[in-house]
Amino acid sequence: MPKKQPKRNIMHTKWFKTLSAGLWLDNPIFCMVLGICSALAITNKVANALAMGAGVTFCLIFSSLFISLLRNLIPPRVRILTYMVVIATFVICVDNFLKAFFPPLSEALGPYVGLIITNCIIMGRCEAYAVKNTVFYSVLDALGCGLGYSLVLIFMAIVRESMAFGTILEFRIMPGWWQDWVMMAVAPGAFFLLGVYLWILRTLAKKTEQ
Amino acid sequence: MELITIFIASIFTHNIALTYILGMCPFIVISRNFNTAVGMGISVIFVVTLATVINWPIYNKILIPNGSELIYYLVFIIVIAATVQLLEMLIEKFFPPLQTSFGIFLPLITVNCMVLAVSLFMVLRKYGFIETVVFALGSSIGWALAIIIMAAIKQKMMINSDVPKGLRGAGITMIIAGLLAFAFMGFAGMVTLQ
Repeated sequence: MPKKQPKRNIMHTKWFKTLSAGLWLDNPIFCMVLGICSALAITNKVANALAMGAGVTFCLIFSSLFISLLRNLIPPRVRILTYMVVIATFVICVDNFLKAFFPPLSEALGPYVGLIITNCIIMGRCEAYAVKNTVFYSVLDALGCGLGYSLVLIFMAIVRESMAFGTILEFRIMPGWWQDWVMMAVAPGAFFLLGVYLWILRTLAKKTEQ
Repeated sequence: MELITIFIASIFTHNIALTYILGMCPFIVISRNFNTAVGMGISVIFVVTLATVINWPIYNKILIPNGSELIYYLVFIIVIAATVQLLEMLIEKFFPPLQTSFGIFLPLITVNCMVLAVSLFMVLRKYGFIETVVFALGSSIGWALAIIIMAAIKQKMMINSDVPKGLRGAGITMIIAGLLAFAFMGFAGMVTLQ
């Protein structure tokens, strides 16, 4: 990686670009369409989305940190297995933390906490970025992607929870005449909402595919 | 009777792709071509059943008696990766003709989240050995069914349809999956799980 950094403008420094790429132009969900299993399955409550976003960001940052530190020691043939072992270790931390301090949340998320291991975002960032770059930029890249992912989860959860239950974080926001739209809480609602989101954002970002 | 209920429920009413929304990455990427989708579906049926059958005794006979069920994520993921690697080597050695049709999907299956999910559901629901086998077989058949239907629809759609530009690719796949999930909800009255 060549290190050419024009000095004045913060917008053009490498660390700013690395951080912001994950938030908008290379957003893991909208542009790469990775890791959407958990994004669709658990976004029927805002609280679940917050927990999931925090968990994934935590695992992403620490896995990137360790893979980046070990990048010269990992034999290429077994690198996927190495990523999995590192990621699984942090997922076990997250799972036990949730079980100990937020038992109802842990129950609501069910197997989806364990499935952070196979969340393609973490594997993808390790393979595409952390294994080739220095520790500092790997962590920044992980932070950007984690925040971008959490942001999408929270936006989806706000729409789904307010339509399906009339509440946001258990606080009633819909007027009295609102009929709960149960379909938004289950799978079809999630698929439609993500489809519509993808449509709007890809049209805005002018990123289309054939 | 119990076993038939689990089998039918895991294919139709609790379809792992369309109800639990798992295994979406290959579901979007691989479903562009019908034949590829069939190949992927069959490989998944093999790997999921085999990996879950290996995971059950490891969890119940080794991890629990030793009090180390804390690390079961780590163990499951290593077992899955090893199973996939072994299957790849066996196919390469003994059935070279299969290599071209199935071999290419095997590395992708390691990161398919539904393989791990089936093992995690097995732990959460405390299934016995026979129930686990039936559940793994049913879930993977359900997933294969979903991806094959999706590929067939997309192939038809590509010939004669005018999808808006921004919706092409992943967007329209999501909308189709939503409609499919609606259709599968119609099975809901058939059987109930637990």
